[in-house]
Amino acid sequence: MIELSILALFGIGFTAAVILAVASKVLYVYEDPRIAQVEAVLAGANCGGCGFPGCNAAAVGVVEGKAGADVCVVGGPEVMANVAKVMGLELKEMEPRLAFVDCTGGERAEEVYRYEGVLDCRAQHQLYKGSKMCPEGCLGFGTCVQACPFDAIRMGPNGYPVVNPERCVACGTCAQVCPRNVISINGFTDDITHLNEVNDCLAPCRQRCPGQINIPRYIEQASRGDYAGALETIRERIPMPLSIGRVCPQPCETQCRRQHVDKSVGINMIKRYVADWEMNSGVRLPIECKPDNGHKVAVVGGGPAGISCAFFLRRLGYQPTIFERMPLLGGQLRYGIPEYRLPKKVLDWEIQGILDLGIDVRTEVKFGIDFTLDSLSEEGFEATFLGFGAWANTQVSIEGDDAKGVETGTEFLTKVGLSVETGIGKKVVVIGGGNTAIDAARTSVRLGADVTMVYRRTRDEMPANMEEIIGAEDEGVKFQFLAAPNKFLKDEKGRVTHLEFTRMELGEPDASGRRRPVPIEGSETRIECDTVYMAIGQKPDIDCLYDENKSCGLGTTRWRTVEADKDTLQTALPNVFVGGDLFTGPDLVITALGAGRRAARSIHHYLSQGEIPIPQNLQRNMIPYTLFKDLERVVPIERAQMPHLCHGDNRTCSFAEVEGTITTEDFERETCRCMRCGLTCYNRTEQPEEEGISKTSTNSKKELASRI
Amino acid sequence: MDYFVLIIAAIFVNNIVLAQYLGNCPFIGTSKDTGVAMGMGFAVVFVATMAAAITWAVQRYLLAPNGLDYLQTIAFILVIASLVQFVEMFLKKIIPPLYKSLGIFLPLITTNCAVLGIAIICQREEYSLLETVIFSIASGVGFMLALVVLASIRERLDMARIPLSMKGTPIALILAGLMSLAFFAFKGMAA
Repeated sequence: MIELSILALFGIGFTAAVILAVASKVLYVYEDPRIAQVEAVLAGANCGGCGFPGCNAAAVGVVEGKAGADVCVVGGPEVMANVAKVMGLELKEMEPRLAFVDCTGGERAEEVYRYEGVLDCRAQHQLYKGSKMCPEGCLGFGTCVQACPFDAIRMGPNGYPVVNPERCVACGTCAQVCPRNVISINGFTDDITHLNEVNDCLAPCRQRCPGQINIPRYIEQASRGDYAGALETIRERIPMPLSIGRVCPQPCETQCRRQHVDKSVGINMIKRYVADWEMNSGVRLPIECKPDNGHKVAVVGGGPAGISCAFFLRRLGYQPTIFERMPLLGGQLRYGIPEYRLPKKVLDWEIQGILDLGIDVRTEVKFGIDFTLDSLSEEGFEATFLGFGAWANTQVSIEGDDAKGVETGTEFLTKVGLSVETGIGKKVVVIGGGNTAIDAARTSVRLGADVTMVYRRTRDEMPANMEEIIGAEDEGVKFQFLAAPNKFLKDEKGRVTHLEFTRMELGEPDASGRRRPVPIEGSETRIECDTVYMAIGQKPDIDCLYDENKSCGLGTTRWRTVEADKDTLQTALPNVFVGGDLFTGPDLVITALGAGRRAARSIHHYLSQGEIPIPQNLQRNMIPYTLFKDLERVVPIERAQMPHLCHGDNRTCSFAEVEGTITTEDFERETCRCMRCGLTCYNRTEQPEEEGISKTSTNSKKELASRI
Repeated sequence: MDYFVLIIAAIFVNNIVLAQYLGNCPFIGTSKDTGVAMGMGFAVVFVATMAAAITWAVQRYLLAPNGLDYLQTIAFILVIASLVQFVEMFLKKIIPPLYKSLGIFLPLITTNCAVLGIAIICQREEYSLLETVIFSIASGVGFMLALVVLASIRERLDMARIPLSMKGTPIALILAGLMSLAFFAFKGMAA
């Protein structure tokens, strides 16, 4: 009996073994041996924090390239190093990530319903779609705190979560349980490539900023004395805080809620102060860049858009090369904006800091002549960014426009920028009402000319910045409003002697909603002049895009700009991207800087994954419910004034910078004027200083997150 | 009609988990998420049916004729373990998507006493091969039902504030007990 039992069991076992042995041969599936090696060095916790169902699946993900060496969220640096060793990766490629809370709480987002039975964010969201007035913000029941397996989140004093960067392993559990998506797992790349979405905590100023700068955050950092942190926040979106701090017309300030109480916060003053603080310290703050990934990208145009695109591409690990037709980089910042608004030494210092990140530059090379899209491809550039601006002038075809002494405002400003002879006379007329016209007029004043500006509409309708108009008036520029040029009169040598114009009066509103100027018959008037600068508009010079057969591979619009997807900035040629004035027509510097970052983001996605993702809920317009005016219990505080650095003859006889940086006292008061608005919330009181946060500056990612 | 009664009895009255108390480890372990519970349930139905059919043959043609019934448990464990290994290899080669979707559940079933229990019950009740297959499928469905119901409740429980000491397995065991009591209401419907 025993023998039979042993025989039976042995028989079953043997049969099973034979079947399995045969099956293992017949049904053999090759498996990369590295999977087992990677699995062996993982922590073996099967926690699911990596997003894969188990450590084996995570190991498969690593081998298949779907995950990096940092896949294991509980393993720490040692596990990361071991995985990198198995896979032959460089450890420095691994990017630290952290939970990021994009909600600052705030007093206005009050609880309107609180069901005491189920104190859970998800339940509250399912039952009542949230308990606060803000439709996107944190509900504050702390479900993320309970869910965090690493005890890395606590509820802060204002009732919204605060991440402890020392404990956070970016496992993503908090982000999974948050019903409002106010928590995300962010790394350095995510910060740079993020586009504003409507469910982000977007204060009105942040919604309006064409550069998408997180304005409340950098002002809050600046208010605590963390200037380095503030600059890092600004540089997540734009590379040139020094320049933009001087020339930005501050569209953000037109949306500041504070203006419904007293005056908008001096956002740009604060930006300029922290940027100047870095320059005056003489030490450049380190700017985080990923290691070189070997991808070469050509950036055509060394203006704000090109510099911005190259800056962000370099930070994302690419090898950008800027091609510039002028001797120096800067574009309109250098050759269009005069010295008294943006000193060249400031611009040089800023551009040098950007180039020091490892960006190649080739100057005095012209697109379409020295190189083409094809030659760039042959040279190994995998993508091209076109951002060579709008340098062609709109001309008025009137009698005598060929007279000597008649040229365009941009030509004149470029000559001044290049320090070459301008040929300016003593009596100058500037035609136009935009910033270029004002720049030409104020520059002419500094060159000793008597200047008159001629504009066909009224002062209120001038497109130039109001402070620039006031500056021109202060410097003695005369104005002829409601005046339309008729013809230029010239002497026997062909030089202009007079400008004849017709006086206008305002008629019915036109398509733009402005009242159309109508000529007054018999009102022809002459102004004596020996130089005329026309500044009535610019457009991109896109002739260089056309080949010998006058055909262009890129689509162009009737405004002579390049056609591209408005979100991705990708043109008809998939590896060619566009941005700045070449895409929009003449626009703000901050718009060009923002476009440079968006193009860099698109190029990054295009080269790394072949397609460019665009979020569904992208913020394109102002979010209506954030534009309320009823602010309660906000104490009026006087807005700081930009100080003038020079007066009288010093101002009109030299190109010394006119506006200065605000004082430290004004700066501190101005930062306290910011109410730290969210979508609907704002803090009514002054910023309390949080415990344990030093005033010393730092730009480390972890410390940055701990303050959010 | 007999088959219908057999199915009702296997799913509700003699539910393999809630009435027979077999397979409690995967019942508690894989009932945190409804999707996971469904995957585990299908895997149990598949393996239990195959295992019961093969063990029926082993019992009928090897053990019973030779008077080796006392080797039933050890022999069935051997058969089921081998079978699961074979199924895993087969699916990996022939139907990779199904293999991936079953994931870690197939190896888990190797040591699942619910599968062994179903095979042994079939022998104890002296079912025919057809009855064995029907009973196995129905028992697997009963397991899946219990698993999915518990997973659904646990998902809701995640939203409720419960004492820290009761979180996770303790509250799941209490729930399993309450579900078991509820299923006793089916007693008397079918034997």
